Amino acid sequence: MAIVEQQRETTIDLTGDVRRRRREAVVKAVFFGAAAISILISIAIVLALIGKAWAFLTSIELGQLWGNGWFPRRGRFDLMALFVHTLMITGIAMMVAAPFGLGSAIYLSEYARSGVRRVLKPTLEILAGIPSVVLGFFALQFITPNIVRGLFPGAQSANFLAAGIAVGILTIPLVASVSEDAMRAVPGSLREASYGLGAKQWHTALRVVFPAAISGIIAALILGIARAVGETMVVALAAGLNGIMTFNPTEGGLTMTGAIANLAVGSDQVAGDVAAFQSLFFVGLVLFVLTLGLNVVSGRIVRRYRQRY
Amino acid sequence: MAVATPALTPTDIVRQSIEGRRFSPINALVTFTMLFTLLSSVVILITLLADTIAAALPVFASRGLSFVTASLSPTAASAGIWQGIMGSLALTAFVIAVAFPLGVAAAIYLEEYASDNRFTRFINANIRNLAGVPSIVYGILGLFLFVEILMRGVFGAEGGIGGRNVIAGGLTLAVLVLPIMIITTSEALRAVPGALREASMAVGATRWETIKHQVLPVAIPAILTGTVLTIARAFGESAPLLLAGAQLSLFFSVSSEASFADLITTQPYTALPIIVFNFARQPQAEFVSLTAAAIVVLLVMLLTVNAAAVLVRDRYEQRYR
Repeated sequence: MAIVEQQRETTIDLTGDVRRRRREAVVKAVFFGAAAISILISIAIVLALIGKAWAFLTSIELGQLWGNGWFPRRGRFDLMALFVHTLMITGIAMMVAAPFGLGSAIYLSEYARSGVRRVLKPTLEILAGIPSVVLGFFALQFITPNIVRGLFPGAQSANFLAAGIAVGILTIPLVASVSEDAMRAVPGSLREASYGLGAKQWHTALRVVFPAAISGIIAALILGIARAVGETMVVALAAGLNGIMTFNPTEGGLTMTGAIANLAVGSDQVAGDVAAFQSLFFVGLVLFVLTLGLNVVSGRIVRRYRQRY
Repeated sequence: MAVATPALTPTDIVRQSIEGRRFSPINALVTFTMLFTLLSSVVILITLLADTIAAALPVFASRGLSFVTASLSPTAASAGIWQGIMGSLALTAFVIAVAFPLGVAAAIYLEEYASDNRFTRFINANIRNLAGVPSIVYGILGLFLFVEILMRGVFGAEGGIGGRNVIAGGLTLAVLVLPIMIITTSEALRAVPGALREASMAVGATRWETIKHQVLPVAIPAILTGTVLTIARAFGESAPLLLAGAQLSLFFSVSSEASFADLITTQPYTALPIIVFNFARQPQAEFVSLTAAAIVVLLVMLLTVNAAAVLVRDRYEQRYR
């Protein structure tokens, strides 16, 4: 009988008294508030960008956004030039990051024994931890004189090639780690089936595992592109200040991020409600929408491929 | 990590016996190419470090540690980076004070409390997207929200640095790393076995008691590792500070009778990566070795922290798997 009494009491205890339940509710509300802050941050970003970007757009003629180069202090806002320069940096960066990032991912996922992995994986992590401003200095002082000028002796001291290669180096770890995760998620049975049919290891890695992980790999590349588009410090140091559109990778020029940084550090610091200063918010908005779009697309692709396995 | 698995998995053994011992040139070529791409990163890293250290040696050889402890100066021969180190440490303090509690609390809500509904999925997607926003955009946010609205609007900071103080910069960096902090903490919480929670609640603990006494003690090493790596990232970040108010001149001074409260509200500040950027922009040749020396100090501080975090994590992974 005594045991039954006790059990009934414990059952009642489990529902909790008022104080305990109230504390639960308070704790939950506090944590919910912290999670909701992320939404406030997003709203604040959009507000910060849209208000002044709109003020900028209404204070200039739309014709000023096309042609004539990017010279905000002279009322010339050639968005096309910034966009083309950004594409060039991103293109060069991906020519570095895609082969080296994917190759590293294939080696780490399909070839490396655990001991090798334990030594080489941290190297990529250290590379990922190097601040981008350091890579900017490396581009100026090492890549330009030793690599770019070795191939093109007439290259300008600030040029797209050096900046693009440095941005690519920064992007390698991201591409490698996301696509390695995708390849490791491919079920081992696929590899075993391939070996069972007599396929060599290279055939299994490149013709079975790689295609099976292709959606994750594409997502990794898109993330890499978003990262390269948004990279600022390398570009601000090593891509130069030229506002006139050029397609020559041995010359330099302003990208979207470079233009924002340049407006922020310019010696004749424009500020306040001048169109030149407000253009910073407009370029920021374009950059935000572009990278957000890339991130959303890559997230969609990752989710779809997760459902398949 | 695959500590428990032997060097050769059963799959490897079967593959080798089917492939036989014959040498395949394509196989060797592909293996070599993939290894080459991976080793290139090692070579790049070594080149980067060697080149920077070689360029920095003259500064440390001629000036020793006085380069670290001297203040900024327009003449390269006497310029030091002390203000940048102090500024970076102050910024880091704000990041820890703001982003760590908020990030952990948000992750606990998302992993332990939230049910899988539309709103939760929206918050999760939103956090992932925030983590992908370029850092310079956070600089624009910091300029708008913390410098203009908070410092000038709410606190009426006019004249002088006009609200471009270390608090605004620290808050900007905190907001920048918050999504990353939430994601790494969520991963740490997800790695805690569900059986632990079920057992705790089965003996009558509430959700919060379960989190406090069961989940957090198991997850804390992973949470701290993630936090250290995230803070290291904030330490090396410079793009947002260009906009959010770090001093971009080669020289500035802080009034000598400034109290601690003055230092963080009305006095100018800068950060170590910003000094690197500033030195690197100078056309004079003597600033090249100065930039390299500042980078060496920055990297020594960062790599020490990163290496410690990686070591802690490797140890922790071996213990719990």
